[in-house]
Amino acid sequence: MTQKGQNKMSEPVSALNGRSYDGFACVVETGLQGMITIRSDLGSKPLSKALKSLGVSVPKMRSFAQADDVMVAWMSPDELLLLCDHARARSLTAQLEQALAGTHALVVDVSDARAMFTVTGARAQEVVMKLSPIDFATLADDEIRRTRTAQVNAAVWRSGADQLSLVCFRSVAGYVMGLLEVSARKGGEIF
Amino acid sequence: MLILTCPYCGIRAEETELHAGGEAHLKRFGPGASDAEFETYLFARKNPKGVHFERWRHSAGCGKWFLAARCTATLEVFGTYSAQTTQPPKHILDAIKAKRPNWEGLV
Amino acid sequence: MSTRLSKGGRLIDRATSLSFSFNGKPMHGFAGDTLASALLGAGQSLLGRSFKYHRPRGLVGSGAEEPNALVSMGRNARFEPDQRTTTTELFAGAELKSQNHWPSLNTDIGEINDKFSKFLPAGFYYKTFMGPRAAWKHLYEPIIRHSAGLGAAPKEADPDRYEQAYTYADVLVVGGGVAGLAAALKHGAAGKRVWLVEQTAHWGGRTPVDGGQIDGLDPQAWVDQTLTRLKAMPNVTLRTRFMAAGLHDHGYVIGYESVGETAPDSGKPRHRLWRMRVGLTITATGAIERPLAFAGNDVPGVMLASAVRDYVVNWAVSPGDRTVIVTNNDDAYRTALALTEAGLTVPAIIDARDSAIGELPELARAKGIRVLEGRGIARALGRKSVTGVQICAQAGEGGAVEDIACDCVAMSGGWSPVVHLWSHCGGKLTWDDSHAMFRPDPDRPPLGDQGQAMVQAVGAANGMLQLQDVMAEANVPAFAEAEAAMSAVWLMPAGAGEALKAKAFLDFQNDVKVSDVQLAAREGFESVEHTKRYTTLGMATDQGKLSNINGLAILSDALGQPIPATGTTTFRPPYTPISLGAVTAEAKGDLFQPLRRTPIQSWHEAHHAHWEPVGQWRRPYTYPRGEETHRDSVNREILNTRENVGLLDASTLGKILVKGPDAGKFLDMLYTNMMSTLKVGKCRYGLMCNENGFLMDDGVVARLSEDSFLVHTTSGGAEHIHGWMEDWLQCEWWDWKVYTANLTEAFAQIAVVGPKARMILERLGGMDVSADAFPFMAWQEGELGGIPVRVFRISFSGELSYEIAAPASRGLELWEVLVDAGSDLGVMPYGTEALHVMRAEKGFIMIGDETDGTVIPQDLNLNWAISKKKADFLGKRAQERSYLANPDRWKLVGLETLDGSVLPDGSHAPLDGFNANGQRLLQGRVTSTYYSPTVKKGIAMALVHRGPDRIGEEIAFQGENGMVACRIVDQVFYDTEGAKQNV
Repeated sequence: MTQKGQNKMSEPVSALNGRSYDGFACVVETGLQGMITIRSDLGSKPLSKALKSLGVSVPKMRSFAQADDVMVAWMSPDELLLLCDHARARSLTAQLEQALAGTHALVVDVSDARAMFTVTGARAQEVVMKLSPIDFATLADDEIRRTRTAQVNAAVWRSGADQLSLVCFRSVAGYVMGLLEVSARKGGEIF
Repeated sequence: MLILTCPYCGIRAEETELHAGGEAHLKRFGPGASDAEFETYLFARKNPKGVHFERWRHSAGCGKWFLAARCTATLEVFGTYSAQTTQPPKHILDAIKAKRPNWEGLV
Repeated sequence: MSTRLSKGGRLIDRATSLSFSFNGKPMHGFAGDTLASALLGAGQSLLGRSFKYHRPRGLVGSGAEEPNALVSMGRNARFEPDQRTTTTELFAGAELKSQNHWPSLNTDIGEINDKFSKFLPAGFYYKTFMGPRAAWKHLYEPIIRHSAGLGAAPKEADPDRYEQAYTYADVLVVGGGVAGLAAALKHGAAGKRVWLVEQTAHWGGRTPVDGGQIDGLDPQAWVDQTLTRLKAMPNVTLRTRFMAAGLHDHGYVIGYESVGETAPDSGKPRHRLWRMRVGLTITATGAIERPLAFAGNDVPGVMLASAVRDYVVNWAVSPGDRTVIVTNNDDAYRTALALTEAGLTVPAIIDARDSAIGELPELARAKGIRVLEGRGIARALGRKSVTGVQICAQAGEGGAVEDIACDCVAMSGGWSPVVHLWSHCGGKLTWDDSHAMFRPDPDRPPLGDQGQAMVQAVGAANGMLQLQDVMAEANVPAFAEAEAAMSAVWLMPAGAGEALKAKAFLDFQNDVKVSDVQLAAREGFESVEHTKRYTTLGMATDQGKLSNINGLAILSDALGQPIPATGTTTFRPPYTPISLGAVTAEAKGDLFQPLRRTPIQSWHEAHHAHWEPVGQWRRPYTYPRGEETHRDSVNREILNTRENVGLLDASTLGKILVKGPDAGKFLDMLYTNMMSTLKVGKCRYGLMCNENGFLMDDGVVARLSEDSFLVHTTSGGAEHIHGWMEDWLQCEWWDWKVYTANLTEAFAQIAVVGPKARMILERLGGMDVSADAFPFMAWQEGELGGIPVRVFRISFSGELSYEIAAPASRGLELWEVLVDAGSDLGVMPYGTEALHVMRAEKGFIMIGDETDGTVIPQDLNLNWAISKKKADFLGKRAQERSYLANPDRWKLVGLETLDGSVLPDGSHAPLDGFNANGQRLLQGRVTSTYYSPTVKKGIAMALVHRGPDRIGEEIAFQGENGMVACRIVDQVFYDTEGAKQNV
C-alpha cells in the first residue's frame, strides 16, 4: 500500500482545504485559521495589557474586538478566543503565555481543533436560520453567538455587511459544510 | 421546550442548547459519611409538584453550569442564578415568594 | 350531481386551466382550486370508502376538518397516501387515486362489512378475537393487517427536499381571517415584531363568503385594505400556506409551511417546518361547523352547510342542483341564500327549532324558499349519492311526514371554536350553553415562562360567531344580519330508534355511529378518553374535528350528565398531519447525524478500510487487502505489528489539558490513583470512577509542566469527561484554581507499534528516541521529520510503542511520512479489531467491554491503581459500601477454551439451580473474546464469581452449540513479564 513517490504534502491543511459552494448564498471553508484559547480572569491586568499590545481590548460579554490582524472574542466569563494568522498562532501562544506567566491562566493553540466557514450574500442569514436557534434581529454587529448548528456546537458572528462567519470543531467540518450546502441550495430562499 | 436565561452570558437559551443536570443544592458526602448520608446524596431526590431548583449547563453556549428555580407544574421560571452557591440567593427566594405566597420554602 | 358553474368563483382563475387525473380519468380544474373543489367541479362526488364498513364517501367539508376525502397522490417515489383534498391545492399533472377499496371505487368487496355492520359494533375486535391464542398470529392478525390501514405506504425514498427554520416574534397571529388581520394590524401598529400566518392560500377566512360589512366596506375590500397596510409594516411578516401545528412550552410554536408542494420539480423545498419562539400567540383560528347526526348523514352529497357555501362562492362549484338545508341555527340560511344567488334550487330549509323568525330566515322566505320548522331528517336516501331526504318531526321518533328529492344536503349543527392551539399547552375551556360549544376560558390561559398568559383567542376561535362581535373585539365597526339563538341538536330526530341511530354517523372516517357511543356507555366506558379509544371516535386522521363534540354530547346524554362534566378529549399537536420529511429536514443520509473525521480519514478511505462506529467517529476496523476476509486481515495486522511495525490512527483519543496551581489536587480527586506525584516528563495510567464507585473511563496522563497535565480519555469519552471535569470545577470546587481545555481535535495522534517502531522514528530524525534518552512511560516534545510533535512512550499492545501527537493540520502528512519511511520494514496500518485483540492478549481492560457501569476497578484486579493514601477521590466512599467491598464478587480472569475454539461474545457460565424469578443461576460472563493469532487459539476475559481464587479450575460456558469447557487462567496471555514494551 505504500507508494513510493506518492505526492506528499509538506504544508499544513485545513479540514476541507477551502471547499466552497455556491447556492443562494456562497459557503466557503476559509482554510487555515489561527485560534488561541485564553482562560483567565478577564479582569486581570496582565491580560488587558497583553491584548492591548495586540491592539485590542478585553471584549465585553458576547462581543468581539478587532485589530488589523487579530480578533478577540468573548467565549465565557473566563474564556476568550483569539483569532490570528495560522502561521502566527504558535508564536503568539508563547507570547501570551509569557505575558500571563505568574497569573492563573491557560493559553493554548487550538487552531487545528477548529474549522471556519463564511456564508456570504444578501441572504446569508437565511442559510444559518435553518440550522441554528439564533434570533438574528437581536444579534449585534459585534456579537458572537455560541449555539448549535443542527446537532453540533458552533459560534456565529457577522463578519461583514452580507457575511456570517461560523466556527465548529474540525472533525465535524464535513458535516457542517454539508448542512450549509443543503441549506443554501437555490430554491430554498426563505423571504 | 423550555427557555432559560443563562446568567453567565445572558442568552435566552432554548432547551436544545442546554443540558439538564438534575436537582440543585445537593451536598456531597464523601469518605467518613454514614451510609444514610451517602444514600441521600446519591439517590434521594426531590420530585415536587411546584417550586423546584435545578442544575442546567449551557452546553451549546458558554459551557457554564447554572441553577434555575422553576415551577414543575406550570413551568414558570422564577429565575436563574450562579452555580457557585450552596443556597438560592435572596432575590430568587423573593421572586418565588412573590408568585407563590404559600410556598413552604426550601425543606 | 356536482358541477362547475359558468360564472363566479372568487378564488379561481378561469384563464388558467390545470389538468389532473382521478383513478386514471383525465379531469381539469382551475388555478386556485383545491383538489376537492376540482374533483367536485369535475363531477366526482364519490371519493373513497370508509375505513371499517367501506361505505361510499364524498366530501363533507371544505377545509382542515374534512374526514373523508383522502386520496393517494403521485406515483413511484412521489407516491403518497392520505393526501387531504380539501387542504391540498390543485396543480398541473396531479395524479390522484381513491383508497380503501377493492377492486374499484364503485365496486368494493369490503362493502360486505356494511351489510354485517350490526355484527361489527364498537369493541368488535376486542370481543371477537379472543382465542385460541395461536389463531392470533396465524389467522386474525394477518387478516386484520390486510384490511387495516388507509392507502398504501410509498416504497421508494422521497426525492423531495424539506427544511426547517428558526424564527422569533413578539406576537404570532394564527389565522388570516378578519379577526387575525385586525389583531395583526393592532400589534403591528404598536411596533411589535408580528408574524401573521394563514393555513390556506388566501386571506380573509370565511367572512368574504358569509358577507356583511366592516368599517363601511365590503369584507373583501376591508381585507385587501388591511393587507396593504400590513405589508407596508417592516415589522410584520405575512405568510400563507402556513399552519401552526402545535403550541408548546414557553411559547414554542411549530409552524408547517407548504412551499413547493404544487411545483414538484421547481427546486424548492416541499415543506418547511418552522420552529418559532413567540411572546404572545393570538389564535384567530375560526370555528368549525358541526354535522347533524341523522341516519344516512354519511351518504355522498350530505355536506356541511358552510362547505356547500364555500364551494359555490369560492370555487363556483355546485355540489348539487337541489340542495336541502337542515339546521338548528340561522347561519345555515346563508347557504340557502348563496345557492339561490347562484341560480340553484333549495327545495326546503328544515329547521329543527320550533320557530325560525330571525332576519336570515325572513330573507330566505322572501326569496321564496320553503322553511319547515320543528322538523328534522329521518334519513337521507341514496347510497353512492344522496337522492332525497325523509322529513320527520324533530321531536318524534322518525316517522316520515314527507320525502323531498334532492342531490345535496347542507347540514349545520352549530359551530365549534378551533381551540387546539389554546389547549395544546394547558389552556382550559368553558362550556357556552347558548351556542352549545366549548370556548377558551380567558381566566385559565396557557402560561409562559414568566407565568403570563401566552395565548389569547380572538374571533370565532374565542366563541364570537357573529361578525359584529368579532370586530367589536378589535374595536372595528362591523355589521351582519343578526342571528337568533340556536338550539342544540345532538340526535335527529330526538327520539330516533336503534335502526336510525345505527346509521347516524359521528366519526365519518372511522365509522363510529351514535349507537356505538351509546353501547360504550352501557358497557361502562364513562371516561371520554376511554370511550374514544374503545369506539375509535376521533382517532382518525382528522382527529375528530367534526365528531368530538357530537360524540361527547351523545356520551353525556347516555351517562345522564351535562356536557362539561364529561369534558373533552386531549387536543394534541399537530393540528393537521405534517409530513415526516419536514420533521426530518436535513437530518437524513450523510447528514443524519454528525460523522466525525480524523485528519487521516481520507487515507483510510483510499485504503479500503472497513469501518467500526465509535461514538460519532468511524474508525478503521481493519484494512482488508484484495480478497482477504476481515478475520484474515485482522490476523495479518496483529502478526505484522508483533513482528515488524504497525500504525494506528489514535486521533480519536480524548486529550484534555488541565492547568492551574490546583491541577494536581484536582486530578487526585478525579482519578483513583495518585496523579499529583507524577513527574514532569512522565506518563501514568489512571482510572476514573463515578460517585457510585463504578469505573467510567481510563487513560494515560502526561505531566506537561509543574501546573499542567494532559489527560487522555477513551475515544468515546472525551466530551463526557471534559464535561465531568467542568461540572466538578464549576459546581463543587469552584474555589480551586484549575482551567481545562478540550484539545482532542487539535492533534492527530498516531501509534507506531512493534519491534521496528524505533527504527522508523530514527529514520524520520529530529528526536532522540533511544531507550536511554526516551524510556518507557516518558514523553518528549520536538520534531520528527520536520513536523512538530509530542511523543508518548506508552503501549496498549505490549509492544515497543510510540504515540505521536502532531497538529491536526499536519496529521495526514505525518502518517504518510511514517508509511513511506517504514515501507521496507513492513509497516502496515492496523485497525481497531487488531488493537482489541492485542490488548486482550496482554490482559488490558477496555472500558465498555470489561466495564458496563456496574463494575468497580477492584472487580478487574486493578487494586494497584487505587490509592490507599488519598483521603478522598470520586467513587471512594461508594466503594466502601458493604456489597462493593465484599470479596464475594465476580472478578476478572482469563479463559482458555480446552478445544482452542473462540467463545461467543457475552457468553455466560451457568450454575445448577434457579433464582427466585425462575432464572438460571450464573457464575460468570465473558467480557472479551477473540481468536489470538499470537498464541493461536481462542482467548477470553471473563468476570467469574471469585475468579482469581479459582485459577486452573475448569468451567463451562455457553457456546454456539452447547457448552464449551474452559480453564480459568491468568488474564495475561502474552509476554507476562511485560518485557517487550520496555526495550
